[in-house]
Amino acid sequence: MTDDNAELHHELRQYLIGFALSLALTVVAFGLVAWGGLAFKTALATIGALAIIQIIVQFRYFLHIDLSAQKREDLHLVLFTILLLTIMAAGTIWIMSNLAVRMM
Amino acid sequence: MTEQLHPGLNLGPQHGKAHEHAETVMFGFWVFLMSDLVIFGVIFATYVTTVNPMGIAGGPGPADIFDLKSVFIQTMLLLTSSLTFGIATLMLRHKKGVRHVVLWLSVTLALGLGFLIFEVRDFSTMFANGAAPSRSGFLSAFFALVPLHGLHVASGAVWLVVMMMQITLFGLVPMVKTRLLRLALFWHFLDVIWIGIFSIVYLGGLA
Repeated sequence: MTDDNAELHHELRQYLIGFALSLALTVVAFGLVAWGGLAFKTALATIGALAIIQIIVQFRYFLHIDLSAQKREDLHLVLFTILLLTIMAAGTIWIMSNLAVRMM
Repeated sequence: MTEQLHPGLNLGPQHGKAHEHAETVMFGFWVFLMSDLVIFGVIFATYVTTVNPMGIAGGPGPADIFDLKSVFIQTMLLLTSSLTFGIATLMLRHKKGVRHVVLWLSVTLALGLGFLIFEVRDFSTMFANGAAPSRSGFLSAFFALVPLHGLHVASGAVWLVVMMMQITLFGLVPMVKTRLLRLALFWHFLDVIWIGIFSIVYLGGLA
């Protein structure tokens, strides 16, 4: 019973770590925009990087997808979907912006 | 062997057969979530191609219609609801009893509804200011993307109510436990999609 309680506290701490990291990343991203001061492209790149880090944090701490061996199937599924999305979404954005430039 | 099954978002070997059953249904639900992610991803791409002077077509742009403070409140509500759902699954895993599980699910539901109230209030302000989906390509794409996420949150809220009814009616039987785990995945997943929305749509639009 005490063993189980110790495990519960350990897992609760993991959730709280994930929450604290997400909170910090969110506040920094919103702060960047609220107080401005950065050039458009720098701001965009920073927001993008913060978002990717936060997505990884949430996958790790809330969805429990990590690099440990028993999670391989889930991880492969996620990575394959990201590959598909990169082709479709990045491809769409690339083609459409290229078209826009050529039609100017 | 059973101890090596999904760590974290699972039931744990102390739940016996339900724990093993969860293995396949959770993976199946991941497949659904990833197909949902593809839908969101493509709509994100559509949105990004319309956030430019041509897409805005002389209508209201991001700076005219987005309310950063309200979006920040929505983000906080959704992020906290992800944590409270995590605590609810911990109460389930460690058999802390029906009362604790229902309590944390109720907190999650309240936060989710709070999120929806702020979001709907934002949308009605936009409509009142003439920023309707029919105004421009940018607004069509915006109202295809963000309310789609809101619709997911609303169905998650309905699902939460249904699960709380099932818990009171049937107790924490194996079927109810694995359904709760899938709802947990769904709820955490919606928070991940929201990171994309506030970063690309709101922060990207106001930067």
